[in-house]
Amino acid sequence: MTEIQGRIFKFGDNINSDVIIPGRYLIYIDREKLAQHAFEMLGDGFPDKLRNFDILVAGRNFGCGSAREQAATAIQGLGIKAVVACSFARTFYRNAINDGLPIVECPELYAAVQEGDEIRIDLTGGKIAHGSDQYSFPVMAQSVRKILELGGLAEYLKSQM
Amino acid sequence: MTGNPCFRPRDIIETMGMTIAEKILAAKSGKSAVSPGEIVDAYPDLVMSHTATWRSASVMQRVGATKLYDPDRLAIVLDHISPAKTEKYAADQQTSRNFARQHGVAKFYDIDSGIAHLVLMEAGHVKPGDLIVGTDSHCTIYGSLGALGTGIGYTEVASVWITGKLWMKVPSSVRIVVDGSFAAGVYAKDLMLHLIGSLGADGCGYQSVEFYGEAVPSLSVSDRMTITNLAMEMGVKCAFVPPDENTAEYLRERLKDEYHPVYADADASYEREIAVRLGDLEPMVACPHEVQNTKPIGVVEGTHIDQAFLGSCANAKYEDLVVAAKILKGRKIHPGVRLIVTPGSKQILLEAMNSGVLQTLIESGGLVTNPGCGACAGDGGMLADGEVCLSTANRNFLGRMGSAKSQIYLSSPATLAASAIKGAISDPREFL
Repeated sequence: MTEIQGRIFKFGDNINSDVIIPGRYLIYIDREKLAQHAFEMLGDGFPDKLRNFDILVAGRNFGCGSAREQAATAIQGLGIKAVVACSFARTFYRNAINDGLPIVECPELYAAVQEGDEIRIDLTGGKIAHGSDQYSFPVMAQSVRKILELGGLAEYLKSQM
Repeated sequence: MTGNPCFRPRDIIETMGMTIAEKILAAKSGKSAVSPGEIVDAYPDLVMSHTATWRSASVMQRVGATKLYDPDRLAIVLDHISPAKTEKYAADQQTSRNFARQHGVAKFYDIDSGIAHLVLMEAGHVKPGDLIVGTDSHCTIYGSLGALGTGIGYTEVASVWITGKLWMKVPSSVRIVVDGSFAAGVYAKDLMLHLIGSLGADGCGYQSVEFYGEAVPSLSVSDRMTITNLAMEMGVKCAFVPPDENTAEYLRERLKDEYHPVYADADASYEREIAVRLGDLEPMVACPHEVQNTKPIGVVEGTHIDQAFLGSCANAKYEDLVVAAKILKGRKIHPGVRLIVTPGSKQILLEAMNSGVLQTLIESGGLVTNPGCGACAGDGGMLADGEVCLSTANRNFLGRMGSAKSQIYLSSPATLAASAIKGAISDPREFL
Protein backbone atom coordinates (compact mmCIF):
# COMPACT_ATOMS: atom_id res chain seq x y z
CA MET A 1 0.00 0.00 0.00
CA THR A 2 2.97 2.31 0.47
CA GLU A 3 4.13 1.54 -3.09
CA ILE A 4 1.75 1.81 -6.00
CA GLN A 5 2.77 0.91 -9.50
CA GLY A 6 0.90 0.91 -12.76
CA ARG A 7 -0.22 2.45 -16.04
CA ILE A 8 -1.61 5.94 -16.07
CA PHE A 9 -4.61 7.56 -17.69
CA LYS A 10 -4.35 11.30 -18.12
CA PHE A 11 -7.04 13.93 -17.54
CA GLY A 12 -6.94 17.72 -17.94
CA ASP A 13 -7.78 20.53 -15.48
CA ASN A 14 -10.94 21.05 -13.42
CA ILE A 15 -12.43 17.57 -13.70
CA ASN A 16 -15.53 18.11 -11.54
CA SER A 17 -17.29 15.64 -9.30
CA ASP A 18 -20.51 15.80 -11.37
CA VAL A 19 -18.48 14.37 -14.26
CA ILE A 20 -16.78 11.83 -12.01
CA ILE A 21 -20.15 10.55 -10.76
CA PRO A 22 -23.42 12.22 -11.83
CA GLY A 23 -25.86 13.20 -9.06
CA ARG A 24 -28.48 10.71 -10.18
CA TYR A 25 -26.26 7.84 -8.98
CA LEU A 26 -25.73 9.16 -5.46
CA ILE A 27 -28.43 6.74 -4.35
CA TYR A 28 -25.59 4.21 -4.36
CA ILE A 29 -22.65 3.99 -1.99
CA ASP A 30 -21.40 0.68 -3.35
CA ARG A 31 -18.10 0.88 -5.26
CA GLU A 32 -19.07 -1.41 -8.10
CA LYS A 33 -22.42 0.20 -8.82
CA LEU A 34 -20.89 3.68 -8.77
CA ALA A 35 -18.02 2.59 -11.00
CA GLN A 36 -20.44 1.51 -13.72
CA HIS A 37 -21.45 5.16 -14.15
CA ALA A 38 -18.19 6.97 -13.37
CA PHE A 39 -17.24 9.54 -16.04
CA GLU A 40 -20.09 8.29 -18.27
CA MET A 41 -21.01 11.86 -19.23
CA LEU A 42 -17.76 12.00 -21.20
CA GLY A 43 -18.97 9.25 -23.57
CA ASP A 44 -16.06 7.94 -25.64
CA GLY A 45 -15.75 4.52 -24.00
CA PHE A 46 -15.87 5.79 -20.42
CA PRO A 47 -15.95 4.37 -17.82
CA ASP A 48 -14.88 0.94 -19.07
CA LYS A 49 -11.71 2.08 -20.77
CA LEU A 50 -10.40 3.27 -17.40
CA ARG A 51 -10.41 -0.32 -16.18
CA ASN A 52 -7.27 -0.85 -18.26
CA PHE A 53 -5.37 1.70 -16.19
CA ASP A 54 -4.15 1.77 -12.59
CA ILE A 55 -3.45 5.41 -11.79
CA LEU A 56 -5.12 8.65 -12.84
CA VAL A 57 -2.92 11.66 -13.55
CA ALA A 58 -4.77 14.96 -13.72
CA GLY A 59 -4.16 18.67 -14.05
CA ARG A 60 -5.29 21.36 -11.62
CA ASN A 61 -8.28 21.30 -9.29
CA PHE A 62 -9.21 17.66 -9.73
CA GLY A 63 -12.58 16.81 -8.12
CA CYS A 64 -13.90 20.37 -7.97
CA GLY A 65 -17.58 21.09 -7.42
CA SER A 66 -19.92 19.01 -5.32
CA ALA A 67 -18.74 17.57 -1.99
CA ARG A 68 -20.07 14.12 -2.97
CA GLU A 69 -17.85 11.48 -1.43
CA GLN A 70 -18.90 8.94 -4.04
CA ALA A 71 -16.54 10.63 -6.52
CA ALA A 72 -13.66 8.96 -4.69
CA THR A 73 -15.62 5.73 -4.21
CA ALA A 74 -16.47 5.45 -7.91
CA ILE A 75 -12.82 5.88 -8.92
CA GLN A 76 -11.82 3.09 -6.55
CA GLY A 77 -14.57 0.91 -8.00
CA LEU A 78 -12.86 1.15 -11.39
CA GLY A 79 -9.78 -0.44 -9.89
CA ILE A 80 -7.83 2.81 -9.85
CA LYS A 81 -5.21 2.64 -7.10
CA ALA A 82 -4.19 6.32 -6.84
CA VAL A 83 -4.72 9.78 -8.31
CA VAL A 84 -1.79 12.12 -8.95
CA ALA A 85 -2.81 15.69 -9.78
CA CYS A 86 -1.25 19.13 -10.05
CA SER A 87 -3.79 20.09 -7.38
CA PHE A 88 -7.03 18.81 -5.87
CA ALA A 89 -10.21 20.58 -4.82
CA ARG A 90 -10.32 20.38 -1.02
CA THR A 91 -13.54 18.38 -0.70
CA PHE A 92 -12.25 15.70 -3.07
CA TYR A 93 -8.91 15.65 -1.27
CA ARG A 94 -10.59 14.94 2.08
CA ASN A 95 -13.07 12.49 0.60
CA ALA A 96 -10.29 10.52 -1.09
CA ILE A 97 -8.40 10.13 2.19
CA ASN A 98 -11.60 9.25 4.02
CA ASP A 99 -12.44 6.71 1.35
CA GLY A 100 -8.97 5.15 1.38
CA LEU A 101 -7.95 6.36 -2.10
CA PRO A 102 -4.30 7.49 -2.16
CA ILE A 103 -3.83 10.95 -3.67
CA VAL A 104 -0.66 12.81 -4.48
CA GLU A 105 -0.06 16.43 -5.43
CA CYS A 106 2.84 16.52 -7.86
CA PRO A 107 2.54 19.24 -10.52
CA GLU A 108 5.99 18.44 -11.97
CA LEU A 109 4.91 14.99 -13.13
CA TYR A 110 2.05 16.16 -15.32
CA ALA A 111 3.87 17.44 -18.37
CA ALA A 112 6.38 14.60 -18.30
CA VAL A 113 3.95 11.71 -18.72
CA GLN A 114 1.75 10.30 -21.46
CA GLU A 115 -1.28 8.06 -21.28
CA GLY A 116 -0.20 4.45 -20.85
CA ASP A 117 3.14 5.27 -19.18
CA GLU A 118 4.16 3.26 -16.14
CA ILE A 119 4.87 5.10 -12.91
CA ARG A 120 5.73 3.96 -9.40
CA ILE A 121 4.60 5.95 -6.38
CA ASP A 122 6.33 5.64 -3.03
CA LEU A 123 3.78 7.13 -0.65
CA THR A 124 5.93 7.09 2.48
CA GLY A 125 9.08 8.22 0.69
CA GLY A 126 7.35 11.00 -1.25
CA LYS A 127 8.77 9.94 -4.63
CA ILE A 128 7.36 9.06 -8.03
CA ALA A 129 9.50 7.13 -10.48
CA HIS A 130 8.83 7.46 -14.22
CA GLY A 131 11.44 5.59 -16.26
CA SER A 132 14.76 6.94 -15.08
CA ASP A 133 13.19 10.20 -13.84
CA GLN A 134 12.16 10.83 -10.29
CA TYR A 135 9.77 13.40 -8.86
CA SER A 136 9.21 14.34 -5.23
CA PHE A 137 6.05 15.33 -3.45
CA PRO A 138 5.29 16.34 0.15
CA VAL A 139 4.41 13.32 2.26
CA MET A 140 1.14 13.47 4.19
CA ALA A 141 1.13 13.81 7.94
CA GLN A 142 1.41 10.46 9.73
CA SER A 143 -2.06 10.90 11.30
CA VAL A 144 -3.68 11.36 7.90
CA ARG A 145 -1.67 8.51 6.33
CA LYS A 146 -2.95 6.27 9.08
CA ILE A 147 -6.53 6.81 7.82
CA LEU A 148 -5.44 5.88 4.29
CA GLU A 149 -3.53 2.83 5.44
CA LEU A 150 -6.53 1.48 7.30
CA GLY A 151 -8.63 1.88 4.15
CA GLY A 152 -10.52 5.03 5.05
CA LEU A 153 -12.17 6.97 7.85
CA ALA A 154 -14.87 4.38 8.60
CA GLU A 155 -12.20 1.73 9.20
CA TYR A 156 -10.23 4.22 11.26
CA LEU A 157 -13.28 5.00 13.40
CA LYS A 158 -13.90 1.29 13.85
CA SER A 159 -10.34 0.87 15.09
CA GLN A 160 -10.94 3.62 17.65
CA MET A 161 -14.17 2.15 19.03
CA MET B 1 -24.03 19.07 25.98
CA THR B 2 -23.78 15.32 26.18
CA GLY B 3 -20.40 14.91 24.54
CA ASN B 4 -16.82 14.96 25.77
CA PRO B 5 -16.92 16.86 29.06
CA CYS B 6 -13.20 17.59 28.90
CA PHE B 7 -13.49 19.91 25.97
CA ARG B 8 -14.77 23.45 26.22
CA PRO B 9 -14.24 25.78 23.29
CA ARG B 10 -12.42 28.89 24.39
CA ASP B 11 -14.19 32.18 24.18
CA ILE B 12 -12.97 34.32 21.36
CA ILE B 13 -10.04 36.09 22.93
CA GLU B 14 -8.20 39.19 21.90
CA THR B 15 -5.35 38.24 19.63
CA MET B 16 -3.27 40.08 17.11
CA GLY B 17 -2.81 39.54 13.47
CA MET B 18 -5.48 36.98 12.68
CA THR B 19 -8.02 36.75 9.86
CA ILE B 20 -11.64 35.70 10.43
CA ALA B 21 -10.96 32.07 9.46
CA GLU B 22 -7.89 31.94 11.71
CA LYS B 23 -9.83 33.33 14.67
CA ILE B 24 -12.76 30.96 14.28
CA LEU B 25 -10.54 27.90 13.82
CA ALA B 26 -8.41 28.93 16.83
CA ALA B 27 -11.52 29.37 18.99
CA LYS B 28 -13.06 26.07 17.92
CA SER B 29 -9.87 24.13 18.51
CA GLY B 30 -9.15 25.65 21.90
CA LYS B 31 -6.05 27.54 20.79
CA SER B 32 -5.14 31.16 21.33
CA ALA B 33 -3.63 31.54 17.88
CA VAL B 34 -3.25 29.58 14.65
CA SER B 35 -1.55 30.32 11.37
CA PRO B 36 -2.06 29.20 7.76
CA GLY B 37 -0.99 25.63 7.02
CA GLU B 38 -1.42 24.52 10.63
CA ILE B 39 -3.63 21.46 11.19
CA VAL B 40 -6.03 21.69 14.11
CA ASP B 41 -8.70 19.47 15.63
CA ALA B 42 -11.77 21.69 15.46
CA TYR B 43 -15.14 21.22 17.14
CA PRO B 44 -17.94 22.49 14.84
CA ASP B 45 -20.98 24.22 16.33
CA LEU B 46 -23.27 22.69 13.73
CA VAL B 47 -23.08 19.66 11.43
CA MET B 48 -25.53 19.85 8.57
CA SER B 49 -26.55 16.81 6.59
CA HIS B 50 -29.15 16.87 3.86
CA THR B 51 -30.52 14.07 1.72
CA ALA B 52 -27.16 12.33 2.28
CA THR B 53 -28.07 11.76 5.96
CA TRP B 54 -28.89 8.08 5.44
CA ARG B 55 -25.37 7.52 4.15
CA SER B 56 -23.83 8.97 7.30
CA ALA B 57 -26.26 6.91 9.38
CA SER B 58 -25.09 3.78 7.56
CA VAL B 59 -21.45 4.64 8.32
CA MET B 60 -22.30 5.04 11.99
CA GLN B 61 -23.89 1.63 11.98
CA ARG B 62 -20.95 0.11 10.11
CA VAL B 63 -18.41 1.36 12.62
CA GLY B 64 -20.57 0.23 15.53
CA ALA B 65 -21.14 3.67 17.08
CA THR B 66 -24.42 4.22 18.89
CA LYS B 67 -24.01 7.58 20.57
CA LEU B 68 -23.73 11.09 19.16
CA TYR B 69 -21.23 13.57 20.58
CA ASP B 70 -24.01 16.14 20.92
CA PRO B 71 -27.42 15.78 19.18
CA ASP B 72 -27.97 19.53 19.51
CA ARG B 73 -25.13 20.14 17.07
CA LEU B 74 -26.83 18.18 14.28
CA ALA B 75 -29.14 19.69 11.71
CA ILE B 76 -30.85 17.50 9.13
CA VAL B 77 -32.76 18.88 6.15
CA LEU B 78 -34.23 16.69 3.39
CA ASP B 79 -33.81 19.04 0.45
CA HIS B 80 -32.39 17.16 -2.58
CA ILE B 81 -34.87 14.97 -4.49
CA SER B 82 -37.75 15.84 -2.18
CA PRO B 83 -40.42 14.57 -2.05
CA ALA B 84 -39.04 11.13 -2.88
CA LYS B 85 -39.29 10.34 -6.59
CA THR B 86 -38.55 6.62 -6.37
CA GLU B 87 -38.95 3.90 -3.79
CA LYS B 88 -35.20 3.99 -3.17
CA TYR B 89 -35.30 7.69 -2.28
CA ALA B 90 -38.34 7.02 -0.09
CA ALA B 91 -36.48 4.31 1.80
CA ASP B 92 -33.41 6.51 2.22
CA GLN B 93 -35.52 9.39 3.52
CA GLN B 94 -37.21 7.00 5.91
CA THR B 95 -33.77 6.00 7.24
CA SER B 96 -32.92 9.68 7.76
CA ARG B 97 -36.19 10.38 9.57
CA ASN B 98 -35.80 7.35 11.79
CA PHE B 99 -32.24 8.36 12.59
CA ALA B 100 -33.34 11.86 13.64
CA ARG B 101 -36.10 10.47 15.82
CA GLN B 102 -33.96 7.78 17.38
CA HIS B 103 -31.18 10.18 18.32
CA GLY B 104 -33.36 13.10 19.36
CA VAL B 105 -32.17 15.48 16.64
CA ALA B 106 -34.39 18.51 17.24
CA LYS B 107 -33.15 20.46 14.21
CA PHE B 108 -34.80 18.12 11.74
CA TYR B 109 -36.53 19.59 8.68
CA ASP B 110 -38.56 17.37 6.41
CA ILE B 111 -39.31 17.59 2.69
CA ASP B 112 -41.64 20.58 3.05
CA SER B 113 -38.90 22.92 4.31
CA GLY B 114 -36.65 23.86 1.42
CA ILE B 115 -32.90 24.05 0.77
CA ALA B 116 -30.85 23.22 3.87
CA HIS B 117 -28.67 26.34 3.77
CA LEU B 118 -31.56 28.77 3.53
CA VAL B 119 -33.70 26.84 6.03
CA LEU B 120 -30.95 26.80 8.66
CA MET B 121 -30.24 30.52 8.32
CA GLU B 122 -33.94 31.40 8.43
CA ALA B 123 -34.44 29.23 11.51
CA GLY B 124 -31.66 31.02 13.40
CA HIS B 125 -29.32 28.03 13.53
CA VAL B 126 -26.40 29.94 12.00
CA LYS B 127 -24.56 32.43 14.22
CA PRO B 128 -21.72 34.78 13.35
CA GLY B 129 -18.48 33.19 14.49
CA ASP B 130 -19.79 29.62 14.27
CA LEU B 131 -17.92 26.77 12.61
CA ILE B 132 -20.33 24.76 10.45
CA VAL B 133 -19.59 21.70 8.33
CA GLY B 134 -22.01 19.78 6.18
CA THR B 135 -22.55 17.36 3.33
CA ASP B 136 -22.67 20.11 0.73
CA SER B 137 -19.97 22.17 -0.91
CA HIS B 138 -22.11 25.31 -0.77
CA CYS B 139 -21.87 25.43 3.03
CA THR B 140 -19.67 28.45 2.26
CA ILE B 141 -22.96 30.39 2.20
CA TYR B 142 -22.95 30.56 6.03
CA GLY B 143 -20.22 33.18 5.67
CA SER B 144 -23.00 35.57 4.60
CA LEU B 145 -23.73 35.77 8.35
CA GLY B 146 -20.08 35.65 9.40
CA ALA B 147 -19.89 31.90 10.12
CA LEU B 148 -17.18 29.60 8.74
CA GLY B 149 -19.04 27.08 6.59
CA THR B 150 -17.39 24.35 4.54
CA GLY B 151 -18.36 21.07 2.87
CA ILE B 152 -17.29 17.54 3.82
CA GLY B 153 -18.31 14.04 2.75
CA TYR B 154 -20.85 11.79 4.41
CA THR B 155 -18.32 9.53 6.15
CA GLU B 156 -16.68 12.54 7.71
CA VAL B 157 -20.08 13.86 8.82
CA ALA B 158 -20.61 10.55 10.62
CA SER B 159 -17.19 10.95 12.20
CA VAL B 160 -18.07 14.45 13.48
CA TRP B 161 -21.42 13.16 14.76
CA ILE B 162 -19.54 10.58 16.84
CA THR B 163 -16.40 12.42 17.90
CA GLY B 164 -17.56 16.04 17.75
CA LYS B 165 -14.44 17.07 15.86
CA LEU B 166 -12.50 16.93 12.60
CA TRP B 167 -9.01 17.87 11.46
CA MET B 168 -8.87 21.10 9.53
CA LYS B 169 -6.04 22.89 7.82
CA VAL B 170 -5.96 26.62 8.54
CA PRO B 171 -6.34 28.34 5.16
CA SER B 172 -4.52 31.43 4.00
CA SER B 173 -6.81 34.39 3.35
CA VAL B 174 -7.63 36.75 0.52
CA ARG B 175 -9.27 40.17 0.75
CA ILE B 176 -11.71 41.17 -1.95
CA VAL B 177 -12.47 44.89 -1.80
CA VAL B 178 -15.69 45.90 -3.48
CA ASP B 179 -16.28 49.57 -4.20
CA GLY B 180 -18.93 51.61 -5.98
CA SER B 181 -22.46 50.44 -6.64
CA PHE B 182 -24.20 48.17 -9.13
CA ALA B 183 -25.52 49.75 -12.32
CA ALA B 184 -29.19 49.00 -13.04
CA GLY B 185 -29.65 45.39 -14.17
CA VAL B 186 -26.43 44.19 -12.52
CA TYR B 187 -26.53 42.09 -9.35
CA ALA B 188 -24.48 40.10 -6.84
CA LYS B 189 -24.60 37.11 -9.22
CA ASP B 190 -22.92 39.17 -11.93
CA LEU B 191 -20.21 40.24 -9.50
CA MET B 192 -19.47 36.60 -8.67
CA LEU B 193 -19.55 35.39 -12.27
CA HIS B 194 -17.11 38.20 -13.05
CA LEU B 195 -14.80 37.12 -10.21
CA ILE B 196 -15.01 33.39 -11.00
CA GLY B 197 -14.37 34.10 -14.68
CA SER B 198 -11.35 36.27 -14.01
CA LEU B 199 -9.83 34.25 -11.13
CA GLY B 200 -10.72 30.77 -12.38
CA ALA B 201 -12.28 27.65 -10.85
CA ASP B 202 -9.34 27.32 -8.45
CA GLY B 203 -8.53 31.03 -8.29
CA CYS B 204 -8.90 30.97 -4.51
CA GLY B 205 -8.29 27.24 -4.05
CA TYR B 206 -8.19 26.20 -0.40
CA GLN B 207 -8.32 29.83 0.70
CA SER B 208 -10.61 31.86 2.90
CA VAL B 209 -12.04 34.93 1.22
CA GLU B 210 -13.20 38.04 3.11
CA PHE B 211 -15.26 40.72 1.40
CA TYR B 212 -14.68 44.38 2.30
CA GLY B 213 -15.12 47.77 0.69
CA GLU B 214 -17.47 50.71 0.57
CA ALA B 215 -20.09 48.69 -1.33
CA VAL B 216 -20.50 46.05 1.38
CA PRO B 217 -22.93 47.97 3.68
CA SER B 218 -25.29 48.32 0.72
CA LEU B 219 -25.29 44.59 0.01
CA SER B 220 -28.36 42.91 1.47
CA VAL B 221 -28.05 39.63 3.36
CA SER B 222 -29.63 38.00 0.29
CA ASP B 223 -26.84 39.45 -1.88
CA ARG B 224 -24.28 38.19 0.62
CA MET B 225 -25.76 34.70 0.44
CA THR B 226 -25.35 34.73 -3.34
CA ILE B 227 -21.78 35.98 -2.96
CA THR B 228 -20.57 33.49 -0.35
CA ASN B 229 -22.42 30.65 -2.10
CA LEU B 230 -20.84 31.34 -5.49
CA ALA B 231 -17.41 31.85 -3.90
CA MET B 232 -17.27 28.04 -3.75
CA GLU B 233 -16.98 28.04 -7.54
CA MET B 234 -13.55 29.69 -7.30
CA GLY B 235 -12.38 26.94 -5.00
CA VAL B 236 -12.62 28.62 -1.60
CA LYS B 237 -12.66 26.71 1.65
CA CYS B 238 -14.85 29.41 3.17
CA ALA B 239 -15.95 32.98 2.47
CA PHE B 240 -17.06 35.80 4.74
CA VAL B 241 -18.91 39.06 4.66
CA PRO B 242 -18.07 40.52 8.09
CA PRO B 243 -21.27 41.01 10.12
CA ASP B 244 -22.72 44.52 10.27
CA GLU B 245 -26.08 46.22 10.84
CA ASN B 246 -27.70 44.31 7.97
CA THR B 247 -26.59 41.06 9.56
CA ALA B 248 -27.93 42.14 12.96
CA GLU B 249 -31.21 43.13 11.37
CA TYR B 250 -31.52 39.74 9.64
CA LEU B 251 -30.73 37.91 12.88
CA ARG B 252 -32.91 40.03 15.17
CA GLU B 253 -36.08 38.01 14.79
CA ARG B 254 -34.41 34.72 14.03
CA LEU B 255 -31.76 34.24 16.64
CA LYS B 256 -32.61 34.01 20.32
CA ASP B 257 -29.09 33.20 21.52
CA GLU B 258 -26.40 35.72 22.18
CA TYR B 259 -23.71 35.78 19.52
CA HIS B 260 -20.21 37.17 19.14
CA PRO B 261 -19.29 38.35 15.66
CA VAL B 262 -15.71 37.65 14.67
CA TYR B 263 -13.71 40.26 12.78
CA ALA B 264 -10.22 40.17 11.36
CA ASP B 265 -7.49 42.09 13.16
CA ALA B 266 -6.26 45.25 11.53
CA ASP B 267 -2.83 43.65 11.17
CA ALA B 268 -4.10 40.29 9.91
CA SER B 269 -2.14 39.05 6.94
CA TYR B 270 -3.59 38.24 3.55
CA GLU B 271 -2.03 36.40 0.67
CA ARG B 272 -3.45 38.95 -1.72
CA GLU B 273 -6.01 41.67 -2.23
CA ILE B 274 -8.36 41.91 -5.19
CA ALA B 275 -10.23 45.11 -5.99
CA VAL B 276 -13.53 45.26 -7.89
CA ARG B 277 -15.51 48.34 -8.92
CA LEU B 278 -19.15 47.37 -9.08
CA GLY B 279 -19.95 50.24 -11.43
CA ASP B 280 -17.72 48.68 -14.11
CA LEU B 281 -19.66 45.41 -14.16
CA GLU B 282 -22.32 44.36 -16.62
CA PRO B 283 -24.68 41.37 -16.68
CA MET B 284 -22.62 38.17 -16.97
CA VAL B 285 -23.41 34.66 -18.14
CA ALA B 286 -21.50 31.44 -17.41
CA CYS B 287 -21.42 29.26 -20.53
CA PRO B 288 -21.28 25.45 -20.72
CA HIS B 289 -19.71 23.43 -19.10
CA GLU B 290 -17.73 25.30 -16.45
CA VAL B 291 -18.71 28.18 -14.17
CA GLN B 292 -15.43 29.92 -14.96
CA ASN B 293 -16.43 30.08 -18.63
CA THR B 294 -18.06 33.49 -18.21
CA LYS B 295 -18.93 36.04 -20.88
CA PRO B 296 -20.49 39.50 -20.79
CA ILE B 297 -24.15 39.37 -21.80
CA GLY B 298 -23.48 40.96 -25.20
CA VAL B 299 -21.38 38.00 -26.34
CA VAL B 300 -24.07 35.36 -25.74
CA GLU B 301 -27.18 37.44 -26.35
CA GLY B 302 -29.59 35.66 -28.70
CA THR B 303 -28.61 32.13 -27.66
CA HIS B 304 -31.81 30.07 -27.89
CA ILE B 305 -33.11 28.56 -24.63
CA ASP B 306 -35.64 25.76 -24.00
CA GLN B 307 -35.83 26.03 -20.25
CA ALA B 308 -35.31 28.72 -17.62
CA PHE B 309 -34.71 27.57 -14.04
CA LEU B 310 -35.21 30.11 -11.27
CA GLY B 311 -33.99 28.19 -8.26
CA SER B 312 -31.08 26.93 -6.08
CA CYS B 313 -29.29 28.06 -2.94
CA ALA B 314 -27.53 30.71 -5.04
CA ASN B 315 -30.56 32.59 -6.34
CA ALA B 316 -34.00 31.42 -5.19
CA LYS B 317 -34.36 33.72 -2.22
CA TYR B 318 -37.30 36.04 -1.89
CA GLU B 319 -35.36 39.01 -3.28
CA ASP B 320 -34.41 36.95 -6.32
CA LEU B 321 -38.03 36.03 -7.04
CA VAL B 322 -38.98 39.72 -6.69
CA VAL B 323 -36.33 40.77 -9.22
CA ALA B 324 -37.64 38.22 -11.73
CA ALA B 325 -41.28 39.06 -11.03
CA LYS B 326 -40.71 42.78 -11.64
CA ILE B 327 -39.54 42.00 -15.14
CA LEU B 328 -42.21 39.36 -15.79
CA LYS B 329 -45.11 41.44 -14.42
CA GLY B 330 -47.75 41.88 -17.12
CA ARG B 331 -45.68 39.92 -19.64
CA LYS B 332 -45.75 36.35 -20.93
CA ILE B 333 -42.75 34.11 -21.32
CA HIS B 334 -41.87 32.95 -24.82
CA PRO B 335 -44.06 29.99 -25.90
CA GLY B 336 -40.95 27.89 -26.58
CA VAL B 337 -39.64 28.25 -23.02
CA ARG B 338 -40.45 26.27 -19.88
CA LEU B 339 -39.97 28.50 -16.84
CA ILE B 340 -39.48 26.45 -13.66
CA VAL B 341 -39.57 28.38 -10.41
CA THR B 342 -38.40 26.55 -7.29
CA PRO B 343 -38.50 28.83 -4.23
CA GLY B 344 -35.56 28.22 -1.91
CA SER B 345 -37.63 27.54 1.18
CA LYS B 346 -41.14 27.32 2.56
CA GLN B 347 -40.70 30.78 4.15
CA ILE B 348 -39.78 32.20 0.76
CA LEU B 349 -42.70 30.44 -0.88
CA LEU B 350 -45.09 31.88 1.70
CA GLU B 351 -43.67 35.37 1.38
CA ALA B 352 -43.94 35.21 -2.40
CA MET B 353 -47.48 33.93 -2.11
CA ASN B 354 -48.56 36.68 0.26
CA SER B 355 -46.95 39.49 -1.74
CA GLY B 356 -48.37 38.40 -5.08
CA VAL B 357 -44.93 37.60 -6.52
CA LEU B 358 -45.97 34.00 -6.97
CA GLN B 359 -49.07 35.00 -8.88
CA THR B 360 -47.00 37.16 -11.22
CA LEU B 361 -44.60 34.31 -11.90
CA ILE B 362 -47.44 31.87 -12.55
CA GLU B 363 -49.41 34.30 -14.74
CA SER B 364 -46.34 34.94 -16.87
CA GLY B 365 -46.26 31.24 -17.72
CA GLY B 366 -44.02 29.89 -14.96
CA LEU B 367 -44.40 26.53 -13.24
CA VAL B 368 -43.92 26.84 -9.48
CA THR B 369 -42.61 23.71 -7.76
CA ASN B 370 -42.25 22.80 -4.10
CA PRO B 371 -39.30 24.44 -2.30
CA GLY B 372 -35.99 22.56 -2.34
CA CYS B 373 -33.00 21.97 -4.59
CA GLY B 374 -35.22 20.94 -7.49
CA ALA B 375 -33.78 20.88 -10.99
CA CYS B 376 -30.31 22.02 -9.84
CA ALA B 377 -29.87 18.61 -8.24
CA GLY B 378 -31.52 16.80 -11.14
CA ASP B 379 -34.97 16.56 -9.56
CA GLY B 380 -37.55 17.45 -12.19
CA GLY B 381 -36.73 19.76 -15.05
CA MET B 382 -34.27 17.36 -16.66
CA LEU B 383 -32.96 18.28 -20.09
CA ALA B 384 -33.20 16.22 -23.27
CA ASP B 385 -30.51 15.89 -25.96
CA GLY B 386 -29.70 19.23 -27.50
CA GLU B 387 -31.73 21.29 -25.03
CA VAL B 388 -30.45 24.49 -23.49
CA CYS B 389 -31.27 25.71 -20.00
CA LEU B 390 -30.57 29.11 -18.51
CA SER B 391 -30.37 28.72 -14.74
CA THR B 392 -29.86 30.92 -11.71
CA ALA B 393 -28.03 28.06 -9.97
CA ASN B 394 -24.33 27.82 -9.24
CA ARG B 395 -23.20 24.97 -11.51
CA ASN B 396 -23.42 24.27 -15.21
CA PHE B 397 -21.37 21.09 -15.33
CA LEU B 398 -21.77 18.62 -18.17
CA GLY B 399 -24.93 16.56 -17.75
CA ARG B 400 -25.81 18.00 -14.34
CA MET B 401 -29.43 18.62 -15.36
CA GLY B 402 -29.92 15.67 -17.68
CA SER B 403 -28.50 14.68 -21.05
CA ALA B 404 -24.77 14.89 -21.70
CA LYS B 405 -25.85 16.58 -24.92
CA SER B 406 -27.71 19.37 -23.11
CA GLN B 407 -26.23 22.73 -22.18
CA ILE B 408 -26.56 24.88 -19.07
CA TYR B 409 -25.89 28.61 -18.89
CA LEU B 410 -25.94 30.52 -15.58
CA SER B 411 -27.14 34.05 -14.92
CA SER B 412 -28.82 36.41 -12.47
CA PRO B 413 -32.59 36.18 -11.90
CA ALA B 414 -33.02 39.40 -13.94
CA THR B 415 -31.20 38.02 -16.97
CA LEU B 416 -33.18 34.82 -16.57
CA ALA B 417 -36.53 36.65 -16.57
CA ALA B 418 -35.62 38.75 -19.62
CA SER B 419 -34.43 35.64 -21.44
CA ALA B 420 -37.58 33.66 -20.60
CA ILE B 421 -39.64 36.41 -22.21
CA LYS B 422 -37.56 36.50 -25.38
CA GLY B 423 -36.85 32.78 -25.70
CA ALA B 424 -33.16 33.52 -25.96
CA ILE B 425 -30.45 34.85 -23.64
CA SER B 426 -31.22 38.54 -23.29
CA ASP B 427 -29.95 41.67 -21.58
CA PRO B 428 -32.21 42.49 -18.61
CA ARG B 429 -31.48 46.20 -18.93
CA GLU B 430 -33.94 46.62 -21.76
CA PHE B 431 -36.75 45.59 -19.39
CA LEU B 432 -35.91 48.03 -16.61
